Amino acid sequence: MIFTLAAKELRSMFASPLAWVVLAFLQLIFAWIFLARVDYFLTIQGQLARLPNPPGLTDIAIAPVFGVASFVLLMSVPLLTMRLIAEERRNQTMTLLMSAPVSMTEIVLGKFLAMVGFLGIVLLLILAMGLSLLAGGEVDLGLIAANSVGLMLLASSFAAIGLFVSCLTNLPVVAAVLSLAVLLGLWIVNIAASDPQSPLHVVSLLRHFESFTGGSIAVVDLVYFVVLIALFIVLSIRRLDADRLRA
Amino acid sequence: MSAVALSRSYGSNRAAHDVSLELRRGEVLGLLGPNGAGKTTTMQMLTGNLAPSAGTVTVCGIDLIDRPTAAKARIGYLPEVPPLYRELRVDEYLRLAGRLHKIRKSALHAAVERTKSRCGLSDMGRRLIGSLSKGYQQRVGIAQAIIHEPEVIILDEPTVGLDPNQIREIRSLIRSLGSDHSVILSTHILPEVEAICDRVQILHRGEVVFSDSIGGLRQFRGGHWLQVALHRPPPAEELATVCGSAEVQQVNASMFRIKPSDGEDPTDALVRACVEHDWGLYQLQPAHASLEEVFVHLTQREADEAPGREGVGT
Repeated sequence: MIFTLAAKELRSMFASPLAWVVLAFLQLIFAWIFLARVDYFLTIQGQLARLPNPPGLTDIAIAPVFGVASFVLLMSVPLLTMRLIAEERRNQTMTLLMSAPVSMTEIVLGKFLAMVGFLGIVLLLILAMGLSLLAGGEVDLGLIAANSVGLMLLASSFAAIGLFVSCLTNLPVVAAVLSLAVLLGLWIVNIAASDPQSPLHVVSLLRHFESFTGGSIAVVDLVYFVVLIALFIVLSIRRLDADRLRA
Repeated sequence: MSAVALSRSYGSNRAAHDVSLELRRGEVLGLLGPNGAGKTTTMQMLTGNLAPSAGTVTVCGIDLIDRPTAAKARIGYLPEVPPLYRELRVDEYLRLAGRLHKIRKSALHAAVERTKSRCGLSDMGRRLIGSLSKGYQQRVGIAQAIIHEPEVIILDEPTVGLDPNQIREIRSLIRSLGSDHSVILSTHILPEVEAICDRVQILHRGEVVFSDSIGGLRQFRGGHWLQVALHRPPPAEELATVCGSAEVQQVNASMFRIKPSDGEDPTDALVRACVEHDWGLYQLQPAHASLEEVFVHLTQREADEAPGREGVGT
């Protein structure tokens, strides 16, 4: 049932131009950065050769794309999640799901899964670009894998937060702005914390993503993202249940 | 299906109070009431879209609150605004509705085709729902509610905003549904209830004020007024005396509406008097009370008899 709902959600997403526009826009940015970085690598290749332990093609050309992707997705995921619940409410189509023999958990998970599926497509496009370098150079597959896992977890947390915010309102635009605010807040929450022991570092999204970009997959970061995603999914389910009670 | 003592309040506003209803298999029940009488609230509670503040709903013996998924599988619901995804094609949408209602993949195609032919949508399968006219959208909404062959079909104002032809078609569709499903239908149009329903419940300010078969409603509406038109009318008071101290309203220069005092039929006396005094009687008919009058009557009687409401509607 979750997959039926996810398939429906993806179909609706791609039936509107929004998903296509976002995909095209993301790909344009990623390709632009990627191209610039590859170009940069080629110009400094001679100097790199003289270093004792030179950074490779992956470090210079591919990893920065993931870095940019993390921030660009932070801006664009709210645009996609805003309609998940808010638009169903506004178009009064939520009733179809609510009167069907489907639990609230299934509805929320279906919608979340659809978003993860969409983000998977974005990741595949980035990977396709990165792996194209295999044709003419050496690529550090381990680093790419760590970056991919990190980006996927990060983007899924964006999706979970966006989904929850979408449950709070029936105006998609409000949902978009609000989730953007929440995400940015979580992104930069530790910016003013000069003390490295400050608990603010624990909640910062950026902080946990950084270790993935460095190529290491730490259990702490995995747990952080999984807990964050689970928390907002549970909150969404609770919120929708409360809807039925309060209406 | 049965609902017992459903209540729901929004803050201090009582949207539904102590609403009970019972629906037998193969019966069409009409929920009638003016705007804001609590029809939609009641239906939302019956379909599990809204949790009642008090009361229980059971569908085929299954409690809607204890086992919502099992109960909801037996209900088909068309809300006031049909829940349509405008960006989907009719076929896609009906397949989705079928899957949501747990129709097996192998049976899905047959179910979609059967439902489409039933609702007159056979040629519309490839069309986008957003491009359909309102009448067809309404049919898609009904199709969505019946695709899984539910025991109970709940339709909230299914004919609002349609043209007369479409209304007729939808009504005959509903009547045909009533032969093998149970249907609850809400409306604020009294003739609609008389045309389709077997039984009727009238809601007013969130309470059931009338519950009877359609024959009972007809009697109730018809039995209270007499409409008389005279070429040479006497003063209204004289008519009142003739009819045995009845209440007489003058509609226009030649037309009167007479409300006899309880239990009396003044027709005989009236006709005799007309001939005797040469009033020129040219029309005499039992006037059907309009819905508003039924409401006024019901609510007034309720006020008179309060708190003894047991007598209502038998």
